[in-house]
Amino acid sequence: MNAPRERITFDAVSKEYDVNGGPLKVVDDVSFGVGDGEFVALVGPSGCGKTTMLNMVAGFVAPSSGAVRLDGRPISGPGPERGVMFQEYGVFPWLTVQGNIEFGLKLRANRTDAAERRRISERYLSLMRLTDFRDAYPKTLSGGMRQRVALARAYAVRPEFLLMDEPFGALDAQTRSAMQNLLLEVLQTEGKTVVMITHSVDEALYLASRVVVISARPARIRKIVDVPFSYPRHEELHETPDFAEMRSEIRDLVMQEYAAQEKQARMRLAS
Amino acid sequence: MSDAAISGRHLGATKRTKAAQGALMKSGIARKVVYGALPWLAIILLWYAVRLSGLVKPTLVPTPWEVMTTWWNLVTEAGFLTDMYMSTQRVVLGVALGILAAVPVGFLLGWYQPVRRFIDPLINFFRALPPIALIPLVIVYFGIGETAKVVILFYASFFAGVIVMYEGIAQISPIYLRVARTLGATDLEIFSKVVIPLAVPHVLTALRVALGVAWATLVASELIAAQQGLGAVIQDASAFFQLDTIYAGIITIGVIALIMDYLLRRASRRLLSWQERING
Ligand SMILES: Nc1ncnc2c1ncn2[C@@H]1O[C@H](COP(=O)(O)OP(=O)(O)OP(=O)(O)O)[C@@H](O)[C@H]1O
Ligand SMILES: [Mg+2]
Repeated sequence: MNAPRERITFDAVSKEYDVNGGPLKVVDDVSFGVGDGEFVALVGPSGCGKTTMLNMVAGFVAPSSGAVRLDGRPISGPGPERGVMFQEYGVFPWLTVQGNIEFGLKLRANRTDAAERRRISERYLSLMRLTDFRDAYPKTLSGGMRQRVALARAYAVRPEFLLMDEPFGALDAQTRSAMQNLLLEVLQTEGKTVVMITHSVDEALYLASRVVVISARPARIRKIVDVPFSYPRHEELHETPDFAEMRSEIRDLVMQEYAAQEKQARMRLAS
Repeated sequence: MSDAAISGRHLGATKRTKAAQGALMKSGIARKVVYGALPWLAIILLWYAVRLSGLVKPTLVPTPWEVMTTWWNLVTEAGFLTDMYMSTQRVVLGVALGILAAVPVGFLLGWYQPVRRFIDPLINFFRALPPIALIPLVIVYFGIGETAKVVILFYASFFAGVIVMYEGIAQISPIYLRVARTLGATDLEIFSKVVIPLAVPHVLTALRVALGVAWATLVASELIAAQQGLGAVIQDASAFFQLDTIYAGIITIGVIALIMDYLLRRASRRLLSWQERING
């Protein structure tokens, strides 16, 4: 089998922020690629620089050195081909649930006629179990419901890429696994390239074709794990010994990085 | 016991609870009215208390009843309604023009941080000037007609409105702009579909603040040779030491301002039902 065409490239990427006058190195010399149709999960300790990396692909943050490329061209800003699901959702408070889902479809970039728009929003309302809340304003929704609105809004415009920052973090276990399976289903039919940040190693393994373990800050690549399980995947995968073994292996790595990050924090406090 | 009896009893129970609910709702409204009226009642009682305590000379404090009758006489005999109308017209005109100018200016200041750093001191300088101190200049440049009075009110409304607008716009969370961008929105679409809906609440707040400030500035603006208007009434009355008329005029200003604010608040609540508030 040929390696798929590379769509997203991190080429020796570093990023520094100015914090209280001094530089804070957040990403340090990261290189890796995401192939067409691949699903890459980023796991790593809180505050290590995952969102920063995703924001570089989304086009909101420019690297301090190195380059992030999309199909070989350096990324200079956001675009509708890259759908982003933000960690803080960003559900539009002045629009109803349905209004939020249809927002993207009404823009010139993805102009859809009214009937088609209705059809798409109805579909996602029902997939996300939001049909009863179509006319509700976000202020009346729970955190998990808002997250589903943001997901539906991102899916509705059918972007080629999905960049997701802890998209299922606020969901209960049942809804979470339903959303995971829904995502797998969407990917099966629409074939997207996905980069997802998650804190759940289990989720990373269940969904992704590769798991990138990120080190304590500044973010470096600790290890890239190829996930051998073939698609379509089903719930039973969780119960297999292979899955359990990989899960504990990756968990150990992540725990080490958490510990390193804790140690950093303690040392900063001490000094 | 038969089924019918049971269901009958059941029905009776629901009927009772419905009636109880109705009564509860009515008592809720009643409570609202009582709570609304209570502070006013308290202040009227306090007013009587001051008057009757003998601490102040009776000639210096008319009773609420005297003020009421004076007010009624003014309304029925002395063309007081025209005064109310003239003042309201000036305020509405001043505020309308002030906000019309404040919205775009406040928007630019809020949106472009560098512009703001540059202009901020100027705004604060002009905002601090009391409108009453500007009257001589306004008379020189605008004469003593209607324009001069509206200019004073415009000045006061504009600076109050600009501050509210630019603070509000500067606080718009960038996450919404980012989301819109990733969905493919152009600059124009971001402006019309994201920024405008987010700016509306601030425009309404600016309007409310400007209305309050304009009513507070009204008497000053009517120092400029006004024949008619509530400010003119108050000044005339002070020349003749008619305390009850002064009180009647002041209270009228307060009441009209209160009514306008109430209407605006209701309109904005309806317009902004999506907004999260501390109490619904
Ligand atoms: N705009 C910014 N300016 C300054 N520092 C920033 C900025 N954005 C992020 N940082 C810092 O960079 C580091 C990494 O942040 P980032 O949001 O990428 O972490 P993360 O891995 O996504 O964490 P989490 O898992 O908690 O979401 C943090 O220490 C954060 O304080
Ligand atoms: Mg993050």
